[in-house]
Amino acid sequence: MKFDFRRLLRPPHVTAGTLRNSFDRRSVVLGAIQGGVGCLLATRMAYLSVFENEKYKLQAESNRVNLSLIPPRRGWILDRNGRPLASNRADFRVDIIPERMRDPARTIAELGRLLSLGPIAMQDLEDKLERARGFAAVEVASRLDWERFAAVSVRLPDLPGVVTQRGYSRYYPTGPSVGHLIGYVGAASAEEFEKDRDPVLITPGYKVGKDSLEKFFEKDLRGKPGARRVEVTASGRIVRDLDTREDVPGKTIKLTIDADIQDYAARRIGPESAAVVVMDCRTGDLLAMASMPSFDPNSFSDGIGRLEWKMLSDDDHVPLRNKVLRGLYPPGSTVKPMVGLAFMEAGLDPDESVFCGGGLRVGNRVFHCWNRRGHGQVNMAKGIYQSCDVYFYHFAQRIGMDPIAAMAHRLGLGAEFELPVAGQSYGTVPDPAWKLRKYKKEWQTFDTVNATIGQGYFLVNPLQQAVQASRIASGRIIMPRLIHGHQQDAVPSLGVPEEHLAYVRRAMSDVANGPGSAPNSKLPFPDIKLAGKTGTAQVVGLHISNGKGGLWKHRDHGHFICFAPAENPRYACSVVVEHGGGSGAAYPIARDVLTYIFDRELGMTKLTELEKKWGGTAKERLDARFRAYSAEYGVGAPKVSPEEERRKFQGLPQGDDPRQPISEAQSPAPEPEAAASSPASASSAPAAPAAAGQTP
Amino acid sequence: MNRSIVPEAVSRQPWSMLIPLFALVGLGAAVLYSAAGGKLQPYALSHVVRFCVFMVMAIVISRMSRNLFRLAAYPVYALILVLLVLVELIGAVGGGSQRWLNLGFMTLQPSELMKPAIVLVLARFYETLPHSMTASWRGLVPAAVLIGLPALFVLIQPDLGTATAVCFGGVVTMFLAGLPLWWFLSAGGALVIIAPIAFFTLLHEYQRNRVLTFLDPEADPLGTGYHITQSKIAIGSGGIFGKGFGNGTQSHLQYLPEPHTDFVFATMSEEWGLAGGLFVLFVFAMVLGWGMRVARQAPDRFSSLLAAGMTATMFFYVMINLMMVMGLAPVVGIPLPFMSHGGTSMLTNMICLGTIMAVHRWNRDRGSFR
Repeated sequence: MKFDFRRLLRPPHVTAGTLRNSFDRRSVVLGAIQGGVGCLLATRMAYLSVFENEKYKLQAESNRVNLSLIPPRRGWILDRNGRPLASNRADFRVDIIPERMRDPARTIAELGRLLSLGPIAMQDLEDKLERARGFAAVEVASRLDWERFAAVSVRLPDLPGVVTQRGYSRYYPTGPSVGHLIGYVGAASAEEFEKDRDPVLITPGYKVGKDSLEKFFEKDLRGKPGARRVEVTASGRIVRDLDTREDVPGKTIKLTIDADIQDYAARRIGPESAAVVVMDCRTGDLLAMASMPSFDPNSFSDGIGRLEWKMLSDDDHVPLRNKVLRGLYPPGSTVKPMVGLAFMEAGLDPDESVFCGGGLRVGNRVFHCWNRRGHGQVNMAKGIYQSCDVYFYHFAQRIGMDPIAAMAHRLGLGAEFELPVAGQSYGTVPDPAWKLRKYKKEWQTFDTVNATIGQGYFLVNPLQQAVQASRIASGRIIMPRLIHGHQQDAVPSLGVPEEHLAYVRRAMSDVANGPGSAPNSKLPFPDIKLAGKTGTAQVVGLHISNGKGGLWKHRDHGHFICFAPAENPRYACSVVVEHGGGSGAAYPIARDVLTYIFDRELGMTKLTELEKKWGGTAKERLDARFRAYSAEYGVGAPKVSPEEERRKFQGLPQGDDPRQPISEAQSPAPEPEAAASSPASASSAPAAPAAAGQTP
Repeated sequence: MNRSIVPEAVSRQPWSMLIPLFALVGLGAAVLYSAAGGKLQPYALSHVVRFCVFMVMAIVISRMSRNLFRLAAYPVYALILVLLVLVELIGAVGGGSQRWLNLGFMTLQPSELMKPAIVLVLARFYETLPHSMTASWRGLVPAAVLIGLPALFVLIQPDLGTATAVCFGGVVTMFLAGLPLWWFLSAGGALVIIAPIAFFTLLHEYQRNRVLTFLDPEADPLGTGYHITQSKIAIGSGGIFGKGFGNGTQSHLQYLPEPHTDFVFATMSEEWGLAGGLFVLFVFAMVLGWGMRVARQAPDRFSSLLAAGMTATMFFYVMINLMMVMGLAPVVGIPLPFMSHGGTSMLTNMICLGTIMAVHRWNRDRGSFR
């Protein structure tokens, strides 16, 4: 330090010469530094523009060019006559891409004002945004009129993240009538995008199939997206179109369904919770598969709102379950023709009779006939058309369960059919081996007795019942078909002797046209006869309810299977009315649907009259209900969770768990023969007091 | 070219520097023409007009005598310092920062004028300083005050870029004046220690962000890093020969910020490629190399310090601007001489150029005397 300090005080010897010298040296150094910096800059520039050229070229292109996918038009779904069940219609729509919004609260408020969205719509939009992932478009509104669409379009520069589009939206002309058959579409969920990384899924306006056919044929219906390349400025303004590739519309799917019959069947169900299946019993073509009440697939496509969800969930008529495929019911007496066939196959003479005194002792317990006064002497035909239980109790004990179960399987009960549907609950045809496997218990005689009248462990779905009817009608192994155009090979025979079938068919014809249990199911045509079989399935024990009146959920299920014309069967039909109070609720529906098939005008007149009483068509009633709900609950409905949505649509778990409590033995459900005598009550409200009152 | 028929006043001009310079201004005008979307207005035409006007001014400066420069040095410095204070006062009264004075016909940024003035006043100071005092405190402290005062005023405007430019010009002049080397080395060492401290205490938030962004531009691609990223994309996507005149997408579609001022080099590179960039570097090498040659040939201490200091000031512009657009320096608002659109920077650079041309003339005149 000391040394340094002294040096500081003593300035070095400086002259003009040394200064000049130092200037020259230092200016060379400075020049060299400048040259060095120049070289550095040149190198850097060469590095950027030569070695990293590709990378930056790509980035400049991705800056400049904005590629937007044009969602493909979804393939149409047509009925057998080429009429659309699901089509597309031109549409003005507005979407939001959440991650591009700068001030979400302000943008959403502004959109709500421009589109005049109500508080319920705003709440649903906020729910959707909450669930959305940033990059996927969220639908704000579709089916807009031009004024509102234009109002948003001109303000786009102030609303970053908002996308307006002229596109297509799915349209179901008959609305609720095809809800369960066709399914519905909706924006792809996060999980769906995880599974299928197709970028079209997150394109604004693109919808994937969410249920039934829309879901099953998703890949076929989707088509190929088009693309539009535009040059954009940094602020997103479009300078010009570079090129556009048109989308390739999805494939059209033609169903065997007849749109008119489907719509008629759905509407004819009216306020009931019911399923109707109509089949061509020569080919297996499904003409109608209606499950009501239903939802309007048109209003589901923009997401399911809270209020809508609450309305559908609160309904004890389960509008979210497709009862045709996922509803399982004890078939009741509709199995009797099948059991009769099994008896004859096992060698029973159909003329052999038994005395029905209103009941039969089996073991230590008396099983009652539905008619406590008894049927007198009963042979097989009478057992079928009068639906005498004692006849079947008696001979089933002689023949045993196994031949009956085998015949049930041959006729399609307990079967899962090869159909393009998301899931079938195929139910149970009980037999001793099954019971041992399932419950680890020996088969008992009373199990056979219960099964022969379609109670106990027996569970079927309405489709199986329609197949059963068409197989009895045709004597062939008819398989249900939903997709039109598959050329079918000659349908193999059931292998049941023709005289057995003829006997059963005649007995079934007598149900409607003879001394049977449902004279009112007769068709209003002199030359066309209907053959059918009623069924009433108990839901709770008689100690809780007699099944006719009282609590809706305690009432009996009503069944009816039929085919027509009886002599030369063409159409088969099955109807299930949940808690209809008995078969009296079911056969008028079947009768009217068949009437409509043979004479559309006559059928429609009947329906119009009925709908006047019910308060409009299914769609009108659904809309009225929604209005009532929005008036009552407003924005107070709870949120819809995606898991809940999935669960409700899945319906019952697959399997053969009977829903009803199995007591050791169940008494058969009474057949509402008496109800048939009053046509007015039979065709309108099956649970009418008149019907209940006349039950023994 | 036959010298005999060309007037002496024309032939003695430094054409080896001027012709490339004219070419550079021409290229600048072309780039500005393209940046305006293929229009002369509002950039290209005024750019050329300004250059012509200031070229005349530079020639006028170059005709001034050495004594006039000597006499004017302190008054000019004092006047600009007063103007700087005035700007501060007006800014304080008006509420908010202000960098320029409105003279009616043009806005004047006194801090810009300080860049050549500091070189002038220091050259004059070291000329008058007795040689033996160069290495003593008397060679350091007055010079430090001369630099420090205006630098401080500019810094509180706040304008870090210009303050740094003022310091750079001054320090280079001191360095060339022959102050002991170890002073500079220890000052540099001290700066390395102080800089991080100053970074966290003295700098404004936006300045800190600029530095942070420079260190990692991709961290915030839509925020402050946007400028650097887009500039690199523009330069990199140009390739060797560029996308062609008028075809730059980065500039035309407004991805590039300030395509006509600070980032004009990126605009140029996108359309003219590496070739254009090397041409620009070549022209600056010619101009600055000529400036350093003039300084070395100068007969006396004042002229040589003056020419070298002016060259260094111009060099600082070029270096910082090009490093910035190529992502080697933080974003500071320093334009590229002779290419960027903007009056004040053109004025400063033409003053520097005119001064060097004056020294060039003095050298020739001395030659003719001998």
